[in-house]
Amino acid sequence: MSVSVKTLEQNAPIKKGVLEKVKKMATVNQKTAPYVFLAPVILIFMVFMVYPIIKSLILCTQTFVNGEYVYVGASNFVKLFKDPIFWKSLSNTFIYLIIQVPIMVFLSLVLAVLLDSKFLKIKGFFRMSLFLPAITALVAYAMIFKLMLNTEYGMVNHFISLLGMDKIDWLNTAWGARMSVIMGITWRWTGYNMIIMIAGLQGIPTELYESAEIDGANHFQKFWGITIPMVKPIILFVAMTSTIGTLQLFDESYILTSGGPDNATITIGHYLYNNGFQFFKFGYASAISYTLVVIIALLSYLQFKVSKGGEV
Amino acid sequence: MTRKVVTYTLLTIAVIASLFPFYFMFVSATNSNAEILSSTPLLTFGDRLIHNITQLDKKINILRIMKNSLFITVTYTALAVLFHSMAGYALVKYEFKGKNIFFALIMLTMMIPAQVLYIPLFTLMNSIGMTNTHAAVILPALANAFGVFLMRQNMMNFPTSIIEAARIDGSSEIKTFFKVVLPNMKPALGALSIYMFMAMWNSFMWPLIVLSTKSKYNFPVALATLDGNTWQKDYGVTMLAAAISVIPIMIMFIIGQKQFISGLMGGAVKE
Repeated sequence: MSVSVKTLEQNAPIKKGVLEKVKKMATVNQKTAPYVFLAPVILIFMVFMVYPIIKSLILCTQTFVNGEYVYVGASNFVKLFKDPIFWKSLSNTFIYLIIQVPIMVFLSLVLAVLLDSKFLKIKGFFRMSLFLPAITALVAYAMIFKLMLNTEYGMVNHFISLLGMDKIDWLNTAWGARMSVIMGITWRWTGYNMIIMIAGLQGIPTELYESAEIDGANHFQKFWGITIPMVKPIILFVAMTSTIGTLQLFDESYILTSGGPDNATITIGHYLYNNGFQFFKFGYASAISYTLVVIIALLSYLQFKVSKGGEV
Repeated sequence: MTRKVVTYTLLTIAVIASLFPFYFMFVSATNSNAEILSSTPLLTFGDRLIHNITQLDKKINILRIMKNSLFITVTYTALAVLFHSMAGYALVKYEFKGKNIFFALIMLTMMIPAQVLYIPLFTLMNSIGMTNTHAAVILPALANAFGVFLMRQNMMNFPTSIIEAARIDGSSEIKTFFKVVLPNMKPALGALSIYMFMAMWNSFMWPLIVLSTKSKYNFPVALATLDGNTWQKDYGVTMLAAAISVIPIMIMFIIGQKQFISGLMGGAVKE
């Protein structure tokens, strides 16, 4: 009896010390706090970002044979570069890029300049109306456009025939369908980019315009000579974000044109979806996704170089 | 004078082009399929709204879809704002090992298109039995580098002296963050909330992949199912569904236009 009491007493201070240490470790102090605050984000990024990035990279080199994934080296990529639909999706995406991005950049800049006019009344109404498309779900707007562009019953062809022209088979011909996608994206994003442009315009010192006026410059000269050079970094920013967005197009291709006719409008994202989740070719689809990463990285680097790091 | 005329004319044309699809959507939502598909342009409101509502409810159980979308979006927005502001705070107001590398790594993921992640995410969700759950829609989207970046930028403007004063007053680190820092960050939190809310409300590709039963669908995926077979497609019903998905956002936008625009730009544009 007495022995055990003695040991207990002897042990007590040690136990107390351990307890205090544990307690001290458990309380959040200035040293441990940042890790506590970062813990959820670290955990989420590890599981839902880092792991998929690595897994996808491994999948690129694998294919599904008899119930298991086996290493096949670069054969997914070899197959991909011989795949005519992949090349079609790539060229479609570049058609959108080359035609749509410049149109939208130009339109959003012109609208921004108009909206920035000092004499303009009901500015709020104009801004709100032009921005409204940017809050619409891509699926919803794609469905509205699909109905409006219907060859027989669509509103757009009604107006075209009212003007005495032939109806255009928008969604069933290659270029009609491409133009439909381009009109759709332009409608959805011009207002959004216009707001970014307005922010850029407001950064231009008014003295520049005043001195140009004294020199007798007209509106067009001021636009080309002052406005465009001054908002060049913003133009490049808009061009860059629009490019990256275009490369990842999915909803418009999926809903508005279903990639058709005959894959004339299919995008890289849509082809990836078909391979991954219609045909369940996970290895092949991963190879498409990493090709997309490389293209985005290359184009971003190019644009960054051209803009000399946004300095220009 | 000519400048005024040109400006107003061009802006009016742009506004008409911008608003017409909405008008068309609302008009079609109140008309029957036959009226929409008639040979004369239909530009006036009809009397089939109630009929279309009952038809739509038969097809997709609209209240359920609304509830799904609201649950997914609100839960996501709340978690994203909480986690991203915690991370932003830690990255600005503390010194610790690996801080810069950690931030650089998060920023690097901004370069990765989400489409790269979907196949491994799907197999992951499948192996832990989480496909066809709302958690599977919400969790991966929380790995959003932009949210962390935005909150980090905003935390830089918060005076460190206030945090130090709270410490001297004996406030714990956690309490300081929730009781002192967060209440003073309302504009930034608002901007991030709007950004996250919109992104999730409209999100389509990942929910389409991971949700497999009608009762779990969010709005965009349910909308897409209405678009299915051409021969039995009812355009009035389809446009009504599109209108219902747009109206909540539209109301929010019209009420808080300036905050909304600034929020959608990720707080980048201030007016």
